[in-house]
Amino acid sequence: MSQPAIHADEIQYAYGSRVALSDVSFSVPSGCLFGLLGPNGSGKTTLFRLLSTLIPMQSGRLEVCGLDIQRSQADVRRQLGVTFQSPAVDVRLTVSENLICHGSVYGLHGQALRQKVAEMLERFQLSDRHSTIVAKLSGGLKRRVELAKGLMHNPRVLLLDEPTTGLDPRARQEFWDLLLAQVRAHGTTVVAATHLMVEAELCDQLLLLDLGRKVGDGSPLQLQSRLSGERLTLKLRDATQLQSAIEERMQCSAKVTGNQLTLRVQNPADQISMLLGSFRDDILGLELTRPSLDDVFLELTGRSLIQSGDQHE
Amino acid sequence: MNSAAVLALTRRELVRFLRQRTRIIGAVGQPVIFWLLFGAGLRSSFKPPSWADSLSHAVTYQEYFLPGVAALIVLFTAIFSTISIIEDRREGFLQGILVAPVSRLAIVLSKISAGTILAILQAGLFLLAGPLLSVIGVGAEIEVSWSVSRMLMAGVFLMLIAAELTALGFIIAWPMNSTQGFHAIMSIFLMPMWLVSGAFFPGGESGWLFWLIRINPLTYGVAGLRRLLYEQTLPVTPELPSMLVCLAVTATTTICLTLISAAMVSRASVHNAT
Repeated sequence: MSQPAIHADEIQYAYGSRVALSDVSFSVPSGCLFGLLGPNGSGKTTLFRLLSTLIPMQSGRLEVCGLDIQRSQADVRRQLGVTFQSPAVDVRLTVSENLICHGSVYGLHGQALRQKVAEMLERFQLSDRHSTIVAKLSGGLKRRVELAKGLMHNPRVLLLDEPTTGLDPRARQEFWDLLLAQVRAHGTTVVAATHLMVEAELCDQLLLLDLGRKVGDGSPLQLQSRLSGERLTLKLRDATQLQSAIEERMQCSAKVTGNQLTLRVQNPADQISMLLGSFRDDILGLELTRPSLDDVFLELTGRSLIQSGDQHE
Repeated sequence: MNSAAVLALTRRELVRFLRQRTRIIGAVGQPVIFWLLFGAGLRSSFKPPSWADSLSHAVTYQEYFLPGVAALIVLFTAIFSTISIIEDRREGFLQGILVAPVSRLAIVLSKISAGTILAILQAGLFLLAGPLLSVIGVGAEIEVSWSVSRMLMAGVFLMLIAAELTALGFIIAWPMNSTQGFHAIMSIFLMPMWLVSGAFFPGGESGWLFWLIRINPLTYGVAGLRRLLYEQTLPVTPELPSMLVCLAVTATTTICLTLISAAMVSRASVHNAT
């Protein structure tokens, strides 16, 4: 059993009297893609700040690559690559200047620095943009510079806070493809804080947080298999009007979003034919899926991860 | 390793400065306009302080004001340089540096060295070019020393004042989240501090204003610079402390302010995460 990349033991953190984290313990295996999943206010940002050494520990123990985060702060910082939610790239510098500045701060210099900059530009497909001022790049490319910067000093652990906020689905997909290719090739452990289902589903392991507490952990599959049954989504002519009729017929509760109705079914084959028998003319489409992580979260906390304005694609 | 970090971060500041042309106009333009306008307007009502009697020529207001304007250019440059801390914090760049394995003193020193380089370049250029304006008739005649040794000494001393004021700006900017707050401090603290440093007017030799000027560390910066502008040694008067005192006060203040800055950065706090 190799040493875990991160080991957290009973972490507590409070801003004044407001408790942000209470009794959170978890372990991140080396080389794992680990997701911190939770809605805003769940404590994942606080946990991220503690991990990145930005705020001091109050209570509990936190180790990165076996090093205590407080006693060996400088050594821990050397092992970490950090990508914050607000981009830490300097938008007035060129792509290369950003990488050179970052490399120098992490102790690279001379030939080694120049080689590393060229290598990162190549690996992140930024070579043709090396002399572009970052402010002129698209959101997706900015994020790529940020990622190149975070990985430049070969950190053993890469921390990402809401890495694709503000990106469209395509740019988000590109970002993750590139990230996964890079970290898998180098065995880097990744810890990503997110509230997006699409990102969480990519992770090997997840830690579910709500109101500062750990509410669950495991692989997405393990978490999803905690729920029995499957999720049936119906596209209807008028979901609101039909809700009570369908609920009564199926003897379960349903959720309305727009013209869609979602319900959990235990025995899909029979239940679908039952529905089609009764409401054939009102059903425009139907989809059967495994329970999503949002369903799991809902089950565990009684609240949904998806908040107004956020959509899971 | 840390010196490389200081160099890299200083270089970043300089590159940013060069890409924002308006900052140059802001830091040099206003002081020069002040100098020309106040110099012309107050010429007839200015009464030179007692130390000026030792000079062979009559000191005009414009000549009196010269080191004060250099100090103002340094002050403005220091303010602009340290306001960037607030921008760095807002843009997220600062957080990226704070989680890096660099000493906190290196973070402070990179800001101070960048501010100092920019300040001495701009104020030094003014001190060289200012007296020449009289040749084309815009300013009054100014008789300052043009010897290389004096200019070098003035340059070194200017560097010390620049480091002092940038460190002061650092202490003000570090806890702030908005640049508006900094502008408020600039109006009610930094500008008055400059006004009562002997830069703008001599304070007389007694009374509350005299004491206010006396306890202001910047007074010793302006006075030291004033001394280095003349070839001959000016007499020590209550308004014009000796060079040794000027040097000691300015150097001590610079070191203290730098250490306070480093202590502020070292204190890990929630503020860093916002």
